[in-house]
Amino acid sequence: MSAKPPQLAHLDYSVLQQCMHCGMCLPTCPTYDTTKLERNSPRGRISLMRALADGDLELTEEFGKEMYYCLGCLACMTACPAGVNYAEMFEAARSDIETAGVLDKPKRNFVRWITVKFIFTHPRLLRLLGRGLYVYQATGLQGLVRRLRLTALLPRSLRELEPLTPTVRRHFSDALIQEVETPPQRQHRVGLLTGCVQDLIYSEVNRDTADVLLAHHCTVFTPRLQSCCGSLHAHNGELELAREMARRNIVAMEKSAGSLDQLDAIITNAGGCGSHLKGYAHLLHDDPAFAARAKAWSEKLKDIHEWLAQIGLQRPACPAQPERVTYHESCHLCHGQKVVRPPRDVLRAVPGLELVELPESNWCCGSAGIYNITQPEMAGKLLDRKLANLQRTGAAVVASGNPGCSVQLEAGLRQAGRNIRVVHPVSLLAEAFRRAETGAKKPTPTS
Amino acid sequence: MALASESLATLRGIVGAENVLTQPEDVIPYGFDGTAALKQPAECVVFPRNPGEVAEVLKFAGQNRLPVVTRGSGTGLSGGSVPVKNGIVMCLVKLDRVIQLDEKNLTILVEAGVVTQKIADLAAAAGLLYPPDPGSMKISTIGGNVAENSGGLRGLKYGVTRDYVMGLEVVLPDGKIVWLGSQCVKDVAGYSMKDVFIGSEGTLGVITKVLLKLVPQPAAKKTLLATFARMDAAAETVSAIIAARIIPCTLEFLDKITIRCVEDYAHIGLPLDAEALLLMETDGHPAVVEDEARRMEQIARQHGADAVVVAQSAEESARLATARRSAFSALARVAPTTILEDATVPRSELARMIRFIQEVGERHRLRIGTFGHMGDGNLHPTFLTDERNHEEMERVEKAMQEIFDFAIQLGGTITGEHGVGLAKKRFLPGAIGGASLDLMRQLKRTLDPGTILNPGKIFDL
Repeated sequence: MSAKPPQLAHLDYSVLQQCMHCGMCLPTCPTYDTTKLERNSPRGRISLMRALADGDLELTEEFGKEMYYCLGCLACMTACPAGVNYAEMFEAARSDIETAGVLDKPKRNFVRWITVKFIFTHPRLLRLLGRGLYVYQATGLQGLVRRLRLTALLPRSLRELEPLTPTVRRHFSDALIQEVETPPQRQHRVGLLTGCVQDLIYSEVNRDTADVLLAHHCTVFTPRLQSCCGSLHAHNGELELAREMARRNIVAMEKSAGSLDQLDAIITNAGGCGSHLKGYAHLLHDDPAFAARAKAWSEKLKDIHEWLAQIGLQRPACPAQPERVTYHESCHLCHGQKVVRPPRDVLRAVPGLELVELPESNWCCGSAGIYNITQPEMAGKLLDRKLANLQRTGAAVVASGNPGCSVQLEAGLRQAGRNIRVVHPVSLLAEAFRRAETGAKKPTPTS
Repeated sequence: MALASESLATLRGIVGAENVLTQPEDVIPYGFDGTAALKQPAECVVFPRNPGEVAEVLKFAGQNRLPVVTRGSGTGLSGGSVPVKNGIVMCLVKLDRVIQLDEKNLTILVEAGVVTQKIADLAAAAGLLYPPDPGSMKISTIGGNVAENSGGLRGLKYGVTRDYVMGLEVVLPDGKIVWLGSQCVKDVAGYSMKDVFIGSEGTLGVITKVLLKLVPQPAAKKTLLATFARMDAAAETVSAIIAARIIPCTLEFLDKITIRCVEDYAHIGLPLDAEALLLMETDGHPAVVEDEARRMEQIARQHGADAVVVAQSAEESARLATARRSAFSALARVAPTTILEDATVPRSELARMIRFIQEVGERHRLRIGTFGHMGDGNLHPTFLTDERNHEEMERVEKAMQEIFDFAIQLGGTITGEHGVGLAKKRFLPGAIGGASLDLMRQLKRTLDPGTILNPGKIFDL
């Protein structure tokens, strides 16, 4: 076992030292809030990382478990008075854990290889699998399997995850959006990232995003085959793969738009991805061929809500459809990207929508990337807390700007038998623009 | 030397195996509190669930001469809850029951591990106010607040933690559980023993329950922000406000360096050439608040304020208060190590003290941002430094010594609200003198003859 943690030791020590252990992160950390143990808190984890970098602690299995118990929600970064870059430390620590192999188990290695290293690095394969899953669901086979309780044949861990399976869409983003779409009035040129999971299970959100961009006079460039942004890899200790994904996405966008210089912005509509995508500059700063391009990329990268606020959010001129909506904040949108107000403004721009604040709106829903798969118990507690808060709002609709959250909320609401619709804020805005176009006609249903 | 395995077995027997931590990954995060550059590895952390278990742990520690360091959320700023070698850390976060909010007597009875914010929230929900608001109140425990006699932003008008403690349950080092004080506003039955334990920094007993006084919530509040080109103008404004018989609930101050850091960080449009900024708030009956706010504005202008902004709404109040609220954050992100001090002087000496701190900073080539509670003379000179730079740390030490010496010379004190702990131990003799120190030692020997509670903190025996 290697005792010297390469990534943590490689970090500028001041990144570790910046934490003054004041404790202001504790009340915002979902794991600390649950256990009241310092090791489950941000400053506790940083003290362990620092002990490791100082050589006072070996890179043990316990350390590995602790770093994977962290949700990576980054609520601590919002609370931190000293501006500690917890995200960077956390990724470095997980990378060291994978290099040292302290958590290696045959099953874990196999699952990680299949998902992180294989499926999510091969976008064509991912779409193929998505297609297969679509057929399984669309033919009613899934329903049949569920009714016949065939899921009981699955191993326990899979059986518990099965209800989380999201519904795959019939058309993926490249079938819904042309490579270049032009509005009547051309003011801005933007690239659109369609994501990997979003592309399969919420492809209509990508269409809606393109529509909203067009309504805001943006010419939209959408590369045909896009890779996972690499956040899955970075958050799971595979920084090298994350760099590879970043390079691919930069190249794909350059191909579509001519060059990054041609674009005013690169748009993402997934909070979790956006937080990582904005970090390409840092991720590739050591790569001579990509450093400058990654810097340009990061400067142009904008969450859709943020971009709309920047260019002037337009209010659709459509008849009001009264509905009560609440807003769940994706952790990486509010804590990672500090985009807090713009999504709410998008909701307020939809005629008829009444926005009610969700208690603890910026508290993690438990999805946290693949955390709901790796740590179902803690994820379940957070989901229950979120559902209870949703109930309190009396809202018929919950808006969320991240596909991971949406899957988690939909599954939770379905299992709890609650009739609350989960949508992306931009979809509500797109619906309103469509209503405005077609006059008082009923909006076309999405998906 | 680590604790013997029989000792651990006994502790597990008292609090349950799941409430005793000894693995390195579990205990390393208990090796510090909120104080910069102070660390001592913890060997064993125990989590008692009731006062009875606290008593059993203390009895066992006494029999075996094991030091016990009591801790809440570990947010202290003087090293009071930093572990002691070969000792036990007793963490009280699991004593977190709210026992009773008594709206007839305006009191609340809670266990020591209840978070201060929760008390404030419960009081607010009943239309009441728990005034002490230390900077860490979102996570600090009330037990820790009482042990440190914490202050906050409202000290001038509302006082500090001590002023709200009506009663305490304390476990003595020999394991006896005593109740001190009562729900009566007037109570002179014997010595006021609770006051001995308030601010005793975990050296005399372990506080397990706290009975607190609450006050009615003020009906209105008004916020003003004034900027000054001269420090003296700000200080004179404060003196004139007090002389005009106004006691604002907030009278907070930022110096030049802090103003610049805040503006860099929060972009609220503060004038970068200002020498001083005052955040003023008055609360109470709406008519009185209106009148006092108007007079404070007048006084600030008469004394040379360049600009005075009066908030017209709650949102604007919050925006103005951002300048003061983000002061510490703004300073803390400038350098890797942030040392927050709390030298305090009589209000009349504030301007001299602030100028002296600036002069010391220049002379020792250090960045010191100062902000603080102008109304009660409690300043926070904040050193922006790097603990790995030993040469600079030596200059920090020298500067600190000079600042404390000067504060004492002005009739002030080395710590207004953070406590002595380890961080200020060496400055204490100079601050209070030998006879006072001897009295404290005598008290310590009497109450804790085995010297098991937080040994080596505040002073050596």
